[in-house]
Amino acid sequence: MIETDILIIGAGPCGLFTVFEAGLVKLRCHLIDALPQPGGQLSEIYPKKPIYDIPGIPEILAGDLVTDLMEQIKPFKPGFTLGERTETIEKIEDGRFKVVTNRGTVHIAPVIAIAGGLGCFEPRKPPIPNISDFEDKGIEYIIKDPELYRDKKIVIAGGGDSALDWTIFLAEVASEITLVHRRKGFRGAPDSVEKVMQLAENGRIQLLTEAQIVGVNGNGKLDNVVIKHKETGEQQKTTDHFIPLFGLSPKLGPIAEWGLNIDKNAIEVDTFDYRTNIEGIYAIGDINTYPGKLKLILCGFHEATLMVQSAWKKLNPDKKLTLKYTTVQGVNGFEE
Amino acid sequence: MITITVIDREGETHKLEAPTDMNLNLMELCKAGELPVQGTCGGMALCSTCHCYIESEHELKEASTDEEDMLDQAFFVEDNSRLGCQIKLEEKIDGLVVRLAPEAE
Repeated sequence: MIETDILIIGAGPCGLFTVFEAGLVKLRCHLIDALPQPGGQLSEIYPKKPIYDIPGIPEILAGDLVTDLMEQIKPFKPGFTLGERTETIEKIEDGRFKVVTNRGTVHIAPVIAIAGGLGCFEPRKPPIPNISDFEDKGIEYIIKDPELYRDKKIVIAGGGDSALDWTIFLAEVASEITLVHRRKGFRGAPDSVEKVMQLAENGRIQLLTEAQIVGVNGNGKLDNVVIKHKETGEQQKTTDHFIPLFGLSPKLGPIAEWGLNIDKNAIEVDTFDYRTNIEGIYAIGDINTYPGKLKLILCGFHEATLMVQSAWKKLNPDKKLTLKYTTVQGVNGFEE
Repeated sequence: MITITVIDREGETHKLEAPTDMNLNLMELCKAGELPVQGTCGGMALCSTCHCYIESEHELKEASTDEEDMLDQAFFVEDNSRLGCQIKLEEKIDGLVVRLAPEAE
């Protein structure tokens, strides 16, 4: 069980900066994120894109901003639960919240800051009507254990690095691999593309371009997929596994189930301190909405700062907080 | 001003007037017109929520590699598929007709 002062759901830029502001007023933080690394969209979607509107920084790559934020919050020793999705929030007897992830990790905190951005990143699922019937019964969106495919027939769909890399890796493991991609060209690292082309030439894999999977069939478990080729039309292909690799996209997910006021996939907050309708739960950054809301990192930083002040007052009802400038006080981190 | 016709996912037609001097793209126009286009990534060709089909005969600038790469991760992709955020609103696309692609789950 993990206990902390402010439990932050979402380790994007806004969640990370919350740790800094909380640290300045001696509050400890712990972050939960569904992705395996901190940074949210900045790390997952656009690490190599430059950002030009961080005050005082003319230009910075999104990935570098995350690195710098991690450096900035280091003195405050935040805890991380990464690669786990927050499933439930409930109030316990002492007034604090109990937050449990999909892997059963339990977190207890008196204040929760939801900095969930667009929601949690989940694999994109092809829009095949009965696809969910075969999930974990032959269809996997994430490869957890490559040994599952030993001496099996598999079909992989997608054209990015993960589709290419897994095709190359599993060529040694599976008995038969078919890679299906919608066009002739592949994105992804040039040497991976070349390797895949070689494997196809040598007959180690079957490469089907200008084609996509349009159907899945089976009885209790996957038996075959329907491949539609641009020119030759539809064909059935018997397979043990189908692995669609189309990247990740954000979903609001369980956040919608926590009793918060939601408007168009965003949590309604009071701009006084970004509180939600549940006392003790705040929402900051892209996940919240209010009149005049702008989804900008710099606005998220501002929201985080005001939210922390409010959280401090909630935790110290009899004390008065005076603003101390970092230019005067410096940054006094936690010993351990 | 130019006029763009957008056919939504219910088949309803919307005629949208668009300025050409504000450096706007089709995704932004759809959002401003309150059509159900999310534009999650903000116009970086990094999601596919503005995926649409070009239904008129306009000659558009070819899709960039970034756009093609993103379309790889989209679904219901056809030969006339484009990402709305990569279509700049300019004089030469006056009268363009587009249809919104179905939303993937």
